[in-house]
Amino acid sequence: MLEIGLSHYLTVAAILFTLGLFGIFLNRKNVIIILMSIELMLLAVNINLVAFSTHLGDLMGQIFAMFILTVAAAEAAIGLAILVVYYRNRGSIAVEDINVMKG
Amino acid sequence: MIIQALAFYLFAFVAVAAGVLVIASRNPVHSVLFLILAFFNGAGLFVLMGAEFLAMILVIVYVGAVAVLFLFVVMMLDINFVELRAGFAQYLPMGGLIGLILLAELLVVGSGWVVLPQAGTVAAAPIPPVDQVTNTEAIGRLIYTKYIYLFQAAGLVLLVAMVGAIVLTLRSRAGVRKQRIGDQLARRPDEAIEIVKVTTGSGI
Amino acid sequence: MEAAVVFLPLLGAFIAGFFGRMIGDKASMYITCSLLVISALISCYLFVAVALGGDPRTVVLFEWVTSGDLEFFWALKVDTLTAVMLIVVTVVSAVVHIYSIGYMHHDDCIPRFFAYLSLFTFSMLMLVTADNLVQLFFGWEGVGLCSYLLIGFWYKRPSANAAAIKAFLVNRVGDIGFALGIFAVFVLFGTVHLDTIFAAASGKAGATLVFLDMEFHALTVTCLLLFIGAMGKSAQIGLHTWLPDAMEGPTPVSALIHAATMVTAGVFMVVRLSPLFEQSETALMVVTIVGATTAFVTATIGLTQNDIKRVIAYSTCSQLGYMFFAVGVSAYPAAIFHLMTHAFFKALLFLGSGSVIHAMSDEQDMRKMGGLGSRIKVTYSLMLIGSVALAGIGIPGTFIGFAGFFSKDVILESAFAAHSGVGTYAFWLGIAAAFMTAFYSWRLLFMTFHGEPRCDEDTLAHVHESPRVMIWPLFLLALGAIFSGALGYHLFVGDGMADFWGDSIAILPTHTALADAHHVPIWVKVLPLVMVAGGIGLAYYMYILKTDLPAIWAAKLRPAYLLSFNKWYFDEIYDRIFVRPAFYLGRGFWKSGDGAVIDGVGPDGIAETTLRLARRASALQSGYLYHYAFAMLIGVVVLVTFYFFMKG
Repeated sequence: MLEIGLSHYLTVAAILFTLGLFGIFLNRKNVIIILMSIELMLLAVNINLVAFSTHLGDLMGQIFAMFILTVAAAEAAIGLAILVVYYRNRGSIAVEDINVMKG
Repeated sequence: MIIQALAFYLFAFVAVAAGVLVIASRNPVHSVLFLILAFFNGAGLFVLMGAEFLAMILVIVYVGAVAVLFLFVVMMLDINFVELRAGFAQYLPMGGLIGLILLAELLVVGSGWVVLPQAGTVAAAPIPPVDQVTNTEAIGRLIYTKYIYLFQAAGLVLLVAMVGAIVLTLRSRAGVRKQRIGDQLARRPDEAIEIVKVTTGSGI
Repeated sequence: MEAAVVFLPLLGAFIAGFFGRMIGDKASMYITCSLLVISALISCYLFVAVALGGDPRTVVLFEWVTSGDLEFFWALKVDTLTAVMLIVVTVVSAVVHIYSIGYMHHDDCIPRFFAYLSLFTFSMLMLVTADNLVQLFFGWEGVGLCSYLLIGFWYKRPSANAAAIKAFLVNRVGDIGFALGIFAVFVLFGTVHLDTIFAAASGKAGATLVFLDMEFHALTVTCLLLFIGAMGKSAQIGLHTWLPDAMEGPTPVSALIHAATMVTAGVFMVVRLSPLFEQSETALMVVTIVGATTAFVTATIGLTQNDIKRVIAYSTCSQLGYMFFAVGVSAYPAAIFHLMTHAFFKALLFLGSGSVIHAMSDEQDMRKMGGLGSRIKVTYSLMLIGSVALAGIGIPGTFIGFAGFFSKDVILESAFAAHSGVGTYAFWLGIAAAFMTAFYSWRLLFMTFHGEPRCDEDTLAHVHESPRVMIWPLFLLALGAIFSGALGYHLFVGDGMADFWGDSIAILPTHTALADAHHVPIWVKVLPLVMVAGGIGLAYYMYILKTDLPAIWAAKLRPAYLLSFNKWYFDEIYDRIFVRPAFYLGRGFWKSGDGAVIDGVGPDGIAETTLRLARRASALQSGYLYHYAFAMLIGVVVLVTFYFFMKG
């Protein structure tokens, strides 16, 4: 318990990942929550990578985490831009109103 | 040791709590703020693991840029306080179950991890001892030499994202008076100024 | 020559049937009639050559089936029996054809009628000249088909259609028996060729048939099955319900088919197969009982009918019963003799009634007739001749008498002379039927031709004698009705019997009924005449002297009257037992079986299931992204779990 090892970090990461997952499909409110949940998931992945990097003594993990960071930022920007334009056209970002693709 | 453990548990619990509150908050602004809190605690975890460069980057980029962006958008859009709609409860059992199954599997895998003894020797980029090189320098030594192309590519990705965001959201409104630099510079004195001989006392 | 007799009518049918519209009504009529007259003349010649000259022959046409043990040919067997039948069939058919020229004058579809008549004649001729059982069956089915076509000739009438179907179906029931009989014959003898069978018949007298672990006397079973076929075709009791309804067809049809030829096919078939029947006492007994019962029961029904044609139809059933019980006491020649005389006078009666109906502007109910005797004298005389022949009036012991006298009396005498239980039963029922026959025949005459007219003024004004083309054929039949009995007695059932018939009919030496018939006591010979006199007297009393008597007696003996009038409720019983359950079954199979089960599982079911599944599948595409994401997540979890348990 007191000895913090790899599995502790992995556990935290797993929990955060699951929370992010819940945020995507249990959310009934609006689309921004989805984007935020994605960020949470990416954070969890980053924690995983860095934990392994430290544990295995390999710097590659951290470098990869940095690239993930970059891409996450870019994706958040684009996602929000799309959201803004969508809001302009539809007037609402409630999740339940987005069902144009209904078959 | 104890400080380490304590710090870890503190950061961990707060991060998880913040994550829960991100998705459970009614007010979207609160959600964003809790996201920021989660990031901070994630950065704390990174520091504990000895990746301080990454931790700081997390704070600067994620919190400083991405989360603030979220805040901008949340404030800009007219988002109502939506009561928890009825569908949530109907979906909760199934979704919850699936999520918990996934979590359980991740945990089983995570805690059962066995690392080969030779793991340290096959590292692609062995971490140099801390007293010799700081984390920042160690990372720098790698990305500017071995992974320079990837680094530049990342930069390009960011450029494309920026251009994309602008292209998506740019709109021109009619009737807005804007500066047209080109026209301004191309103006000639005879268009701009009209010389009128004014006699005393008569006005224009 | 022989082939010409059989195939000329077919040629006529072919021409009239396929080219009738092209060549026109008159041409169709004249061609078919002439061909048939030629056929009749040839059959007269054949009679002289074969029957009188004692020269039976078989003309092989061509091979039909050769399959393993089963082998038979298209062949025409002409012996005495055939020759007699040929005369009957072709002469009556020719008369009917000529009569129809006048009767069907106003019809729309004359070529079709004549084509059917000739086709019928062809089938009947095929039947009587058959060399093997399958050819006989071919003719059998052919006459059944033509009967259906002709009864339902006026197909726009629903009652005619129903009657045609009824005739065909009831015949079919008989045909099942007949077909099974043919199969039994084949199993027993290994062939269907008649001569071969007859030669082997006495050898198989003791053979047995095993069915469902029970042993039966083979020839009895075979003969009973064949007799069922005869019952259907000859309208014996049980399968007689179609004959009265068959009166829906035009009167010439009734005369040809239901008096002279088709209904006699059953009698002919049994007589033709006499070598087989002789070997089975049981079968002969059954035949006697059925024939006698039919004669009696149908005569009782004829007492109360009001439709002129129906009275004559029930009379036909009754006379057929006579023929069968004659067969039953092994007096085959007497049966054929009666068949011949009956053909003449019954056809005469039918065609005469056709004349009456024609004169009354298509009125068939006798209660609306009356007083026609003075107005249509020729028809009246002809009907009178026919009735006298039917009743059988003559002087016993001499050759003075009308046709029916000779043939009917010899049958009754044979039944008496058989000295067996069934023979005596048949004799007394036959006597009772003779009484009733006389009664209803004169009732018909009195109601139609005597008394005051009971029709309205318009109809009365239109009463006229039929045209010559309709009357003159009847004269020919009348000649037959008067003289054929006296002329044929010696040859058919008298001392010249053995030479005349030769091998065509087989009678065992132990069955002496016909031979003994000539030596019965005097009272037996006189009794039928007494019955006839009684019948005529009673009819005179009831319908001329005291005309209110029928109504009084009907009221007093109401149950008996109703039983007779409603045909002993046979139709109602059959409806209850067979027809309604068949309809229920059919409807059940259709609605539940075919509709619910087969269609439900098959096309309808598959279509509906496809729709249902598609509707469910389309619910998967909700349009909500998070639903899709959830689906992806479920997939991931399933995969991970799977690998967990596979590799773990």
